[in-house]
Amino acid sequence: MGGSSRVTERVPLDVVAVVALGGVLGAEARYGAGRVWSTAAEAFPWTTLTINVVGCLVIGVFLVAITEGRPAHRLVRPFFGTGVLGGFTTFSTYCVDVQRLLNHGQSAKAVGYLALTLAAALAAVAGGAGATRWVLRRGAGAR
Amino acid sequence: MSGYLLVAVGALVGAPTRYLTDRLVQARHDSLFPWGTFAVNLFGSLALGLVTGAVLSGAASSQWQLLVGTGFCGALTTYSTFSYETLRLAESGARGFAAANVGLSLAGGLGAVYLGSELAKLF
Repeated sequence: MGGSSRVTERVPLDVVAVVALGGVLGAEARYGAGRVWSTAAEAFPWTTLTINVVGCLVIGVFLVAITEGRPAHRLVRPFFGTGVLGGFTTFSTYCVDVQRLLNHGQSAKAVGYLALTLAAALAAVAGGAGATRWVLRRGAGAR
Repeated sequence: MSGYLLVAVGALVGAPTRYLTDRLVQARHDSLFPWGTFAVNLFGSLALGLVTGAVLSGAASSQWQLLVGTGFCGALTTYSTFSYETLRLAESGARGFAAANVGLSLAGGLGAVYLGSELAKLF
């Protein structure tokens, strides 16, 4: 979210470096998954859907855990959240998948894929965040 | 060049570009709307539409798809941050912004892909 104080701050090069490293790891995991579970041009893109939904579940757990639970080292969030999960999930492939299905006359599949990814991704991020808060509250209550 | 190497090089540029663009954009407005993520998702969708179109028509080799498509555009764009920011908006009571983020990102992303594939026909 916005913060005008950041305009004058210098770019933290260590953050850029860990984002780049995490991004490569996330992208390679996505590429590897696509090679193992490749989908034909007219098929429902289950691999990309699964990648995006899993990434959303993990970011919901991860960001609540480090912002509302135990604070992490300052490079943990840029490395794992911005880098690995950002590099793993993809919005552009999602949009191109929809276009490809439409171009192949698979309009029902295209709309289903568009809607199912969105619904499952939002449910996953909300579920991950909610479950993590529940665990954190139980942990706090037990102390 | 191996596919894994091409994807790595693309992602090595794409992920920091997302971070730096988000930082730059978010520092320049006070709105609740996550313009930074929105901008990278739209730009990445435009670029992927362009590359995919160019590869399909034979104007570009499939190595470009791995370097620029899977690597750069894949790492530049993000579904996880898009979802998390939408959740944060909804939780903070800004449900209109959350709905606008979803609607504009989907419409904008698809529009950008189509624009990119039209641009690819110019090659």
